[in-house]
Amino acid sequence: MAIATPRSFLSGRRLEASQLIVWTIGAVLLGIVFVGSVLTLRAGQYTAAQWRDFIVFGIAQGSIYALIALGYTMVYGVLRMINFAHGEVFMSGAMTTFFVADYLNRSGFLKAHPWISLIALLLFSGLVSMTIAVLVERIAYRPLRGAPRLVPLITAVGASFFLQYTFRGLFGSGVRAYPAIPVLQGKLWVFQKTQIAVFVGVAITLLLLLLFLQRTRAGLAIRAVAEDREAAALMGVDVDRAIVTTFAVGGFMAGIAGVLYALVFIQVQFFMGFLPGIKAFTAAVLGGIGNLPGAAIGGLVLGVIESVGPSLFFDGYGIRAAHQLKDVIAFTILVLILIFRPTGILGERLGGEERV
Amino acid sequence: MQRSARLFTMLLLSLVFVLAACQQAEPTPTPAPAAQPSPTQPAAPAASPTPAAQPTPQAQVTKPTDPIGVLEIKPGEPIVLAWMLTVSGGTAQLGEDSKRGIEIAIDDLGGQLLGHKIELVGEDSGCNPEGGQAAATRLAANPRIVAIVGSSCSSEARVGAPIIDQAGLVMVSPSNTAPDLTDPAKHVNAYLRVAHNDKVQGRVAAEFVVNKLGLKKVATIHDGSLYAEQLANVFAENVKKLGGTVVAQEAVSPDDTDMRPVLTRIATQQPELIYYPIFNPAGSFITIQAKEISGLENVKLMSADGLLEPQTVQNAGQASVGLYLSGPDLTVLGPKYQEFVQKYQQKYGTKPVAGFHAHAYDATMMIVEAIKKVAVQAPDGTLYIPRKALRDALYETKNFQGLTGNLTCDPNGDCADPKIAVYEVFSTDTGNWSDSAIRKIYP
Repeated sequence: MAIATPRSFLSGRRLEASQLIVWTIGAVLLGIVFVGSVLTLRAGQYTAAQWRDFIVFGIAQGSIYALIALGYTMVYGVLRMINFAHGEVFMSGAMTTFFVADYLNRSGFLKAHPWISLIALLLFSGLVSMTIAVLVERIAYRPLRGAPRLVPLITAVGASFFLQYTFRGLFGSGVRAYPAIPVLQGKLWVFQKTQIAVFVGVAITLLLLLLFLQRTRAGLAIRAVAEDREAAALMGVDVDRAIVTTFAVGGFMAGIAGVLYALVFIQVQFFMGFLPGIKAFTAAVLGGIGNLPGAAIGGLVLGVIESVGPSLFFDGYGIRAAHQLKDVIAFTILVLILIFRPTGILGERLGGEERV
Repeated sequence: MQRSARLFTMLLLSLVFVLAACQQAEPTPTPAPAAQPSPTQPAAPAASPTPAAQPTPQAQVTKPTDPIGVLEIKPGEPIVLAWMLTVSGGTAQLGEDSKRGIEIAIDDLGGQLLGHKIELVGEDSGCNPEGGQAAATRLAANPRIVAIVGSSCSSEARVGAPIIDQAGLVMVSPSNTAPDLTDPAKHVNAYLRVAHNDKVQGRVAAEFVVNKLGLKKVATIHDGSLYAEQLANVFAENVKKLGGTVVAQEAVSPDDTDMRPVLTRIATQQPELIYYPIFNPAGSFITIQAKEISGLENVKLMSADGLLEPQTVQNAGQASVGLYLSGPDLTVLGPKYQEFVQKYQQKYGTKPVAGFHAHAYDATMMIVEAIKKVAVQAPDGTLYIPRKALRDALYETKNFQGLTGNLTCDPNGDCADPKIAVYEVFSTDTGNWSDSAIRKIYP
């Protein structure tokens, strides 16, 4: 992992040339960002309300990243492995639920009982994603538990493609329009109602996740396995079961994220999991991989930077069409954070300090 | 240990079988596809391609020579035409619609050309440069292909056309519109198109906005693709020429889903109209999200032929009502086009789903016409198609009576008879596209 060098970094008394270069690059980038922001703010092109809008959009997008990032980070915490198929787990929930939503919409149930439908959709999507996540674990990862760490990484990429193209084969490659839920249309103060639904959905899910991890025996087992797998096994924890639970919970949240995503963007497609998956992975690393609050904060930070960054950093320089650079900004920030804080914003946690 | 040894022998065995199978399969395809002018046949100087419109079997017909090669089609072998279109993802309707145009053209020919069956093969080019490159490479590797109808999106042709050119094939695009592709400095010899050049579309769109709607402050958004960027720029230039101002020129990426930040940026300049000639799904995200932005509640939205498909309305729903779309004007086409639409409906159970079916039909027919001109039939029934002569014949196309008008090719590959209209989405009912959802409002 890119974050595996903190020790040499801190203990090395003399600065090596490469580190000097890295620090210089970091400092220059920070300078660019700072000067750009000051110039933009002094130009006064945007009103306060518009800045507020930027941040609201960022948080809405960021909370979905956060929800997916939790799945990455939990699996990493337990298995020390990046589950690259997680973006597709997210997609499979949203795609499958489209058919339920479409049916509910056409039968009129969606209009008559919007809240029941919404909860049903969330649960259904969660269950589908959960099943897929567990199957992926069972088929692509568990047989390779003892293999070198690169091997499950490769099967993860394979599983990801398999899921993408299975869904393409099953449901076609076109974009499908999600039915809009009438009660969630329009604005409440400055927020879109769908955005509020996303905030609330994410907050509740996070709270339930924390309760689950802290208050239940299964949660305790997961934490024990994350701390030290061998010791946990010796203490009588069923490691396989804890791992399956991790995948199941991560998958369930990805499914919920899928429906929330569909609420905001109103359309789904077989390829929709790829970019959010990559972004959520970035968010997880940003916040400190293996660290649950870190994943949530990383997601929000990434979403807000993507939304605010292009205007704030580049408008001052008069760069045209700066919004195209939002991915550049997002990943540059990631590099910066990794330079100055190699373990992410909140630091790596959930597992111990052992690193291979 | 033992297990791995067994596995190894099994692998080895299967490899042997596969090799054996290949050995067996190899002799079947008859040799000498796209044969070079063979030195063993210096023959008569009369070996230059003898154009025979009515290939009458003559005793002395020899194989013609040609600088880039001669395709030889034995009796009983099909004439292979290919499509290179986007038939998956958000732009699938655009390519699928064109593909149907080709299929109907082949039906109209009775599936036969010069006594050979016509076989249609194809590659999905995905509406991006990578897809165009991959599809072109795969088609270039097939020596039996005579000519290609494609590509759908300009960015595919930018990288695909040089590959097709290298391979000695020729392509006629039904829907590439970027001015760049037929720019004399960048045009490659293998490339022609029957779609309009966006210099025309951008101008008509600008005239509509400034003269008809009377709007002076516009913003543009492109997605970094060749088509979108050039069309947005042509539009912006023409708006300025007509006395309007372009207050913002923004860009998104084709994979973006959250357009709210970029729209908020645009809102600070308070444009009266946003022109975003891009593709689905990015286009429909803008359509949906624009109305949510404070400051853009009353802004007019306008896009171009990339979004002229039911998907645009299906995805954006109510938000798409009032959207303006420029594109090929199909309403002024003659009775031949109406007949074509009838066949389309009979064959596919729906009205044409995008704007470039008739263009694809014309591209196919233009190619067929050129093949008829240059093909030489030997007494034994073998058909020779000289490839360079085929290209030349396509460039010589003059007053070709197509569905889309009178096609005449210029040396840069522009063959279109451009007719541009502006449509307005007035309903979300796409059941009977195009009548049920869009109507022509200009000119």
